[in-house]
Amino acid sequence: MTLRASRLAGRTVPVTGGRSRPRGSADAEGRLAVAMLSPAVLLVGAVALVPVLYTLYLSFHDASVAETGPYNGLANYRALLDDPDFITASANTAVFTAVSVVLEFGIGLAAALALHRRFRARGLVRSAVLVPWAFPVVVSALMWRLMLQDQVGIVPYLARQIGFGDSSLLSDQHSLMIASIGVDVWKTTPFVTLLLLAGLQTIPEELNEAALVDGAGPLVRLWRITLPMLKPAILVALLFRTLEAWSVYDLFWVMSDRQLESLSTYVYRTVRISELAFAKGTAAAVLVFLSSIVIALIYMRTLRSDPGEQD
Amino acid sequence: MAATTSSGPDRKGTRARDAFFYLFLTVFVLAVVAPVAWVLKMSLSTRADLLATPPPIVPPHPTLSNYTTVFGAPEFRRALLNSVLIAGATTLVSLTFGVLAAYPLARVRFRGKAALLTGFLALAFFPTVAIIAPLFKEFRELGLLDTYAAIIAVDSAFALPLTVWILTAFFRTLPRNLEEAARVDGASTFRVLTGVILPLSAPGVVTAGLLVFVFAWNEFLFANTFLFSQDHWPVTVAIPGFATTHTIDFGAQAAASITVTLPILVIVFVFQRRLVAGLMAGALKG
Repeated sequence: MTLRASRLAGRTVPVTGGRSRPRGSADAEGRLAVAMLSPAVLLVGAVALVPVLYTLYLSFHDASVAETGPYNGLANYRALLDDPDFITASANTAVFTAVSVVLEFGIGLAAALALHRRFRARGLVRSAVLVPWAFPVVVSALMWRLMLQDQVGIVPYLARQIGFGDSSLLSDQHSLMIASIGVDVWKTTPFVTLLLLAGLQTIPEELNEAALVDGAGPLVRLWRITLPMLKPAILVALLFRTLEAWSVYDLFWVMSDRQLESLSTYVYRTVRISELAFAKGTAAAVLVFLSSIVIALIYMRTLRSDPGEQD
Repeated sequence: MAATTSSGPDRKGTRARDAFFYLFLTVFVLAVVAPVAWVLKMSLSTRADLLATPPPIVPPHPTLSNYTTVFGAPEFRRALLNSVLIAGATTLVSLTFGVLAAYPLARVRFRGKAALLTGFLALAFFPTVAIIAPLFKEFRELGLLDTYAAIIAVDSAFALPLTVWILTAFFRTLPRNLEEAARVDGASTFRVLTGVILPLSAPGVVTAGLLVFVFAWNEFLFANTFLFSQDHWPVTVAIPGFATTHTIDFGAQAAASITVTLPILVIVFVFQRRLVAGLMAGALKG
């Protein structure tokens, strides 16, 4: 009896908070929480946190895969900025990110607004929309290479039909970039659509109806009600897509047969393949990490903090 | 026919809008699905039909020979097996660690909880390339390079944010009184977790597990970095290599693409609702 009562008092009342609880069992509960959390925290720490700090450390040293040399200040960063390959990789990544995110968001928003209506076969459409998401990036790149291929590809064939000459799509940098953006848009726009659709479904219908009664047209309602209410979903979608595009790797790697360089393929090549450039690669990795944080902060500020719809 | 959100007496305007709506919907769905259908068609075509101009819409001589080629290649079978192994183990590890972590996050009050949850979420946005250099060094020193263990550990760590978020959200929706009743009867926290919470949250666990499996099946960067020998490659790494050895065998490349995606497509179609809900819970509740 007493045992049960004490269990009841001690363990089962987290609702009321820690203060009022008997001290001993609160500690026991805290210890248990720590024990349960530790595997996840240790794994994440070992695989993500420690390596990031270690990259930072390595980037200021004359390091190689095998050993860590002497401290050399900003020498790795300077070497990086003198490397034309790194400059190209950065420019490619910036162009890819800007263009693909704008397209994905634009098309995704339009599609989400359309799919928000009730119609038959909606479940089927939602499944269809998930199909590109299911494809591994590598496989969708390979699949599109097949369709862009000169001999059997459907895309060059159609292009020839419309009267675009015999340009090989998979050989020069510009068309490779356009093709990569196209594949990325195909693959991830549906995901943006679903995310925004979920956001739309949280907007209370009364708001729209009230605005309708007040005589607001569709554009006014979109601008004044839908978009502001959609902000959390927009933030997540844009943040996710931008950071993912910013670290694009598999798509370029397979799509261009290693001809098109992004920041991530640059890091990969320098630290993994040409091991002589290891030190430079760690500096590049740090820059990717820092720039991602900056991107995230910019999004948080612009989309989260401003409260009204002032433009 | 279809329910319309706009209410108005002008049926003509509504009908025009409906027509535009269905046109847009059709184009969108076609754009999404047609490329897949085309590659499926390529995979079922003979070599001669692939090279024919104009390309036929439906294969005139449908054949499974491309699939026999693909499955005849031992490196491809091996890669499929590796993918099942890696994705399966990753799912197991991240579900186990995820359940253990999500329970206190959902039920116990402690300092730093918000920070911990935010930390897990931040990991979802983490540029993975930033850690491959030091991890390469770490794994080298630990002798873990080119092992399944290395890849499972990394994949699990990066699958954890989604797992933890979905499970925490799910555990929070469960009624507390069942747990409390179990405790009054003297069950330990572990018993409560395995005997009460887990059975109740099976749908959430399944959703999280499927999402992790899909993630691990699709992962490429880590596998390409930490695994060198062909014997260990999952499909994502093997496939580009396969495409290079079968450079001109376009049918086989198409068949390989379809084969690798098929398991995931089946999962997506069967669990469509749940996956979307899970993804949204993971993404939007942040």
